[in-house]
Amino acid sequence: MVDTLTRRRFLLASGVTGAAALAAGAGTVSWREIAGRAEADPLPADANVLVLVTLYGGNDGLGTVVPYADRAYHDARPELAYGPDEVLALDGQLGLNPAMKGFKSLWDADRLAIVRGVGYPKPDHSHFRSMDIWQSGSPDHPADTGWIGRWLDATQPDPLRVVSVGATLPPLAVGAKAAGVALPLTSFDAPAGPVGAGVRQLAAADRADPPSQAMAARATGALLSATATFGPPLDAASGSSDDDDDDLKTRGASAGGQGGLARQLEIVARCVRAGVPTRVYAVSLGGFDTHADEKGTQSRLLGELDSAVSGFLAGMDSDPRGSKVVVAIYSEFGRRVAANASQGTDHGTAGPLLVAGHPVRGGFYGDQPSLTSLDAGDLKVTTDFRSVYGTLLEQVLDTEAGRVLDGTRPTLDFL
Amino acid sequence: MSDVSLLLRRTGFGTTGAEIEAATRRGYEATVDALVHPGADPGATATPPPDLSGEPARPPAPDDKDARRAYARQLRSRSAALTLWWLDRMVRVRHPLVERLTFTWHGHWATSIQKVRSPAMMLRQNQTLRSLGRGDFRELARAMVRDPALLVWLDGQKNKKGKPNENLARELMELFTLGVGHYSETDVREAARALTGWRVDRTHATAAPLARHHDDGSKTVLGVTGELDDRSLVDLLTARPESAAFVAARLWSRHGSAALPPDTLRRLVAAYGPGRDVTALLRAMFLEPAFRADRSSLVASPVEYVAGVFRALDVAVPRDGRAGRALLGTLDALGQVPFRPPSVGGWPSGLAWLSTAATRERLTFAAAMARTADLDVVAGSEDRPGAAAYLLGVDAWTDRTLAALRDAAADPVRLVTLALVSPEYLAR
Repeated sequence: MVDTLTRRRFLLASGVTGAAALAAGAGTVSWREIAGRAEADPLPADANVLVLVTLYGGNDGLGTVVPYADRAYHDARPELAYGPDEVLALDGQLGLNPAMKGFKSLWDADRLAIVRGVGYPKPDHSHFRSMDIWQSGSPDHPADTGWIGRWLDATQPDPLRVVSVGATLPPLAVGAKAAGVALPLTSFDAPAGPVGAGVRQLAAADRADPPSQAMAARATGALLSATATFGPPLDAASGSSDDDDDDLKTRGASAGGQGGLARQLEIVARCVRAGVPTRVYAVSLGGFDTHADEKGTQSRLLGELDSAVSGFLAGMDSDPRGSKVVVAIYSEFGRRVAANASQGTDHGTAGPLLVAGHPVRGGFYGDQPSLTSLDAGDLKVTTDFRSVYGTLLEQVLDTEAGRVLDGTRPTLDFL
Repeated sequence: MSDVSLLLRRTGFGTTGAEIEAATRRGYEATVDALVHPGADPGATATPPPDLSGEPARPPAPDDKDARRAYARQLRSRSAALTLWWLDRMVRVRHPLVERLTFTWHGHWATSIQKVRSPAMMLRQNQTLRSLGRGDFRELARAMVRDPALLVWLDGQKNKKGKPNENLARELMELFTLGVGHYSETDVREAARALTGWRVDRTHATAAPLARHHDDGSKTVLGVTGELDDRSLVDLLTARPESAAFVAARLWSRHGSAALPPDTLRRLVAAYGPGRDVTALLRAMFLEPAFRADRSSLVASPVEYVAGVFRALDVAVPRDGRAGRALLGTLDALGQVPFRPPSVGGWPSGLAWLSTAATRERLTFAAAMARTADLDVVAGSEDRPGAAAYLLGVDAWTDRTLAALRDAAADPVRLVTLALVSPEYLAR
């Protein structure tokens, strides 16, 4: 029905959870609660941790892992293309975007896997539909649960096992029975004193409440379940970024997403070091919808991704639990092979998916899509995204893929 | 909640006991007619838009750090002036549906100053949404595909013959006129060709056609072949039956409730008719049995909430300075700043505003507003909870809320603070 579809899309667009998540008990978690759990019930030292990085807007795969030696690449986008002397060459064919120096070091240390040509059957070019498919893990029929949410359902439905950094929970973290929690970047206090007492009274259900009032009362209750300061113990100045001062970075902003990735990952690092029993963290970076002037915008964003992820992994090196962390980076689609008239690219299909960390076996996985045998100007998918999800589920989250994903697909060897 | 009170909340920015009484005296249908046919509005006249002329042609070069800082500062202060002006307008108008609907269209044709970076162009778009938002939807759509801010936002000014840029064409079909699933990828590519050849002038906040970049060849969109341009493309899209259903469902989701029964949708589409009449559609919506009988299933969006509190408590909107910045900070923390939707998909509707962080922020804002306002009507009443209900346009408190307000009755500021964060006040 129209309504369900539009609502889902809106929720997705702004990364907000819907009624399903509220019903599943999705909420916000305080730093105090998280730290308390780390003491009472720490993450076992041998448990792997998955950090999912969602790039909103459709990151251009050909500008990320560049087929610099392919003539068809230079012909299709002469003004956008990087030459052999610019890329950080990985082999005689492919090189990383010049802004990805940290990823190049990870590659050299055999700790970066590049899965090529990743996508799903019958690609959809809508940001909202495509992100819905990636986050639900269900390309064939719309699903109201996310793949990580279903993992929670299938294993141990403890919300703290999935933490999303930011004010709201992405759909990937919402299951049918359980949902992950959002750890806000800003801190706030639970209401105290006489007003706090009044707010406590307002959180009670009343028989006369219509549906909206009942939900509002529940939301008030969720606020009170926090006993102390919300939010992570970062000082306000730490890593805060005012994206708006950089007009080159906001040119791909129309498809949404948040900034400040380094700050989000700093919070993840603190959680891991503290032994918080979280197995999956979700972070994100927006702005990749580069229909115009792509080169500068994408290289700035990839530079932010590069320094945030490589800085995070370098910090994890010194921690025993950090050596079990795997970072996976994906976007809702890649972009069209040929440039448009505005030195940008339109929505496309397959793209590379990056997996990095100590447990990772570096190298290429999956075939590089051909630049000459295209599907209406788009790359043909060579690797089904469920192969990647299946590998992460089995190797990082110790869960048989079939319990979370429809059907079985071959897993990959990057872990 | 009475049908009149629900109607006023869904068409304005909160309401008051006095407004509910007047509407009840007038009768439901007469109130609907007055809503959709508003007369002159002294509140609108008293809040003329800020002068935003003299926009710099382009940002300074990347290496000129001082000039870039000054540019960013100026951009921030002009966009703050624009946003606070609109809030002030929302608060001071006599007929709030005009601004509510303008805000609904802003969320529909969702364009953000974050990328447009021109308060003057955003203001121009806002005026287009206001002046054309209540008539023929086709006229609005025709104007929007030539709107300078939308063109910049979706790279329409960079869409040229030979190598079209598909951003605007895709969102025009997916988000603005038809809805996903009612067109093919080929339709998107062909529609992009029809939209080629527009140029934006930042200094004057205008857009103009540029013949040499327009593709005047034959195109085929949704089975119709011809030398389509932006106008004939919009005419073709807005004439599709799916477009009527899409527009009706969108307006219902913002002003109606969570569920849209199929026979209601049929009647809304019939009212919209071949003339795509938005006012007729709204009137039919407000008179729908499903609208009147519905128990509240939505909550106030942050902008509705904040403007509603200013209106109910009769507090002046700060237009600048520290108080103005604090107000913008409140909206940001609540997740909804006018002129800054999170993406081209707009803001969420429904219950998504009930996040824990937003609940906390509403409490902070409510307490500050209660401290600022003149609460003599509450303090001077023998029934303080009842006086607060009248002030805020709440028909009746539940037993739960009444108990909380009675416990706070000795302190009018605390009582009004709690009333402002009560489930009853948030319901739509």
